[in-house]
Amino acid sequence: MSMQITAQNFEANAKKALKDPNLRKAMQIIGGPMASRRVETARELPEFEALRDEGVKIKTHVLKHIDLYLEKFEQQLTARGGKLHWCRTSREARETILALCRSRNAKLVTKGKSMVTEEIGLNAFLEEHGITPVETDLGEYIIQLAQEPPSHIIGPALHKTREQVAELFEEHHPDYELPNVPGVKAGPRSTEPQVLVTEARSVLRDTYFKADVGITGANFLIAETGATVIVTNEGNGDLTQSLPKMHIAVSSIEKVIPNLEDLSTILRILARSATGQEMSCYTTLSCGPKRPEDKDGPEEFHVVLVDNGRSEMLGTELEPLLRCIRCGACMNNCPVYHSVGGHAYGWVYPGPIGAALDPHMIGLETARHLPNASTFCGKCEEVCPMRIPLPDIMRWWREQAHEKQITPPLQRWGIEAWAFAAKNPWLYRLGARVAIGLLNLLGKDKGKFTSLPLVGGWTDGRDFPAPQSGSTFMSQYKKKGQKSGVTK
Amino acid sequence: MTSRDRIFATLRAGLKHTVDDPARPAAVAERINRRTPNLVPQRAQIPHAEQVALFTAKVEALTVTVDSVPAEQDVPGKVADYLARHNLPSQLRVAPDPLLQNLPWSERPMLQVDYGPGRSQDLVSVTPAFAGIAETGTLMLHSSATTPTTLHFVPDHHIVVMKESQITGSLEDAFARLRDKLGTADKSAAENWPRTVNFVTGPSRTADIEGVPVLGAHGPRRLHIVLIADGTP
Ligand code: SF4
Repeated sequence: MSMQITAQNFEANAKKALKDPNLRKAMQIIGGPMASRRVETARELPEFEALRDEGVKIKTHVLKHIDLYLEKFEQQLTARGGKLHWCRTSREARETILALCRSRNAKLVTKGKSMVTEEIGLNAFLEEHGITPVETDLGEYIIQLAQEPPSHIIGPALHKTREQVAELFEEHHPDYELPNVPGVKAGPRSTEPQVLVTEARSVLRDTYFKADVGITGANFLIAETGATVIVTNEGNGDLTQSLPKMHIAVSSIEKVIPNLEDLSTILRILARSATGQEMSCYTTLSCGPKRPEDKDGPEEFHVVLVDNGRSEMLGTELEPLLRCIRCGACMNNCPVYHSVGGHAYGWVYPGPIGAALDPHMIGLETARHLPNASTFCGKCEEVCPMRIPLPDIMRWWREQAHEKQITPPLQRWGIEAWAFAAKNPWLYRLGARVAIGLLNLLGKDKGKFTSLPLVGGWTDGRDFPAPQSGSTFMSQYKKKGQKSGVTK
Repeated sequence: MTSRDRIFATLRAGLKHTVDDPARPAAVAERINRRTPNLVPQRAQIPHAEQVALFTAKVEALTVTVDSVPAEQDVPGKVADYLARHNLPSQLRVAPDPLLQNLPWSERPMLQVDYGPGRSQDLVSVTPAFAGIAETGTLMLHSSATTPTTLHFVPDHHIVVMKESQITGSLEDAFARLRDKLGTADKSAAENWPRTVNFVTGPSRTADIEGVPVLGAHGPRRLHIVLIADGTP
């Protein structure tokens, strides 16, 4: 589903989200266990903070020489038999990918998870041109069935409950039969995640083998070897890229890093920050098509590198955003994201990274509310493995909007009052309800403050478990497993 | 102007005056070819015997099962035991790798062994690994004529046969070993780089439904390691 931009309706989106009970449940998972897993694995590695500094150093260095690193990457990739396609805009990227698919007469395309393909609106475009893209990451598959955009950059369907997933599966694979019991229909669908995962696994199995082209993203581009790197847990990205005759990796220019030592460093902070794992299940380096002696792998390997405005960020206040490794920690720890969920942001990148990045990518006019979607609590910067000054960048955007007179006058005034409350910890600690009361007093006219970003339902969404306690993925898994008898 | 030219022109404009610094290309080349690791966690910098213990503990914590055997000839028996334990049929799809081809499979006549890449009907694969990384319990595997990568992802059960001497401390150690193996007299490691390098840390998993951890998403549901105790390299 290509993404309709609704960022301009942030306030309405947010109000609607605050009334959605399913979303409330989902946000407790993100703010609870997801955030606390990060804290635990980070605590188990004494060097974690120092590794963050190293990561920042690597990315900062690359940005000073990004032209040269990209040239080296291209040279190495080409020497290994891969082909690099430079695309300035979303449109150019879509058309390049379509032409590649057509060169293989592709009808069916499997896709690994890729935020850049969401950004360029690839799926809808391929469909319009008679090519069926099938998302294979479980979360992406679920939202593709639901025809919804992702709500989180690493857990795109976390806003869906297990009941909603079961309903979608019932609707889309009504003839699904329980594995190992031929001829027996599943009957009323179980809502157990284990059962639903097995269903998606068996439904997608054939698709991997039938697909003409496999499209994945890439978390990193390695200048030393010309390899692209994907980091996943499900193994879908690897099936997607190793079975079809053509593999297209879609990525963006800021993902280049110098060498394998730098990859090692950044991998140590990526999974810990994202899911609280020490290492994601599968980290795969891809470098060119199958070699003449290989028994499997794609015959063609293409890398589509998208700029889409990133090059313009270099040398500006926005440059630190180019360090982002898309781990999702900033949203897992953001009180505003916890309140309104990902869809309210109205574009591909939600949460603090979206609030800082989207105004550049879709225009400040459209995304003007997003930099206000902040309490300036500073948590996002605190957890960001790349130490990106997200609150500063949001503040900068607000100044830009203010200067350009983009925000309506009423709201401009309101934001200042809100910012005053948020900046004064004593006031903030009293809780938003009190703060709103105080602001109401200050503002005299009650009506004014209901137009403040988030104020409408702020108090409903505020009480989330702080991400200090909880349990790791494996201890959770073991607990679950013993209950349903899947592990020993 | 091509898109490539325009992207580079914008990037160079963003670099401002630093773009003209004549030292940049040499600095970048040096940085790429530098082989010194950045910060490596203490936990990876331990003697080999401790690396083996850490590797085993880490993979077991990820639900991977490990059978230690004293010698290569004991491997087929352990593989047969694994199949029996999980009620699996006796067909094995095996990587056409010298280590595996030379195992005494015929001592276990029940086992049906054939060699080649992974196919949709294959339930169990047996492959070698290039290295085991103690720091995180990660396997490093790579593509080659004798190690098709579909065997790492398609079957439900992935059995890895490796030696203790292949266990390293850190990711960087494993990369250094791969560079050593690939580099030849006339070509650098990068020039001989394989199509793909796979790091595998436990069986396939997902937490995409309500954040609930579930194993066996799209890749192997189970991972089993037969570890040959050949001592320290
Ligand atoms: S801004 Fe930082 S925390 Fe947020 S996704 Fe990017 S790297 Fe992760």
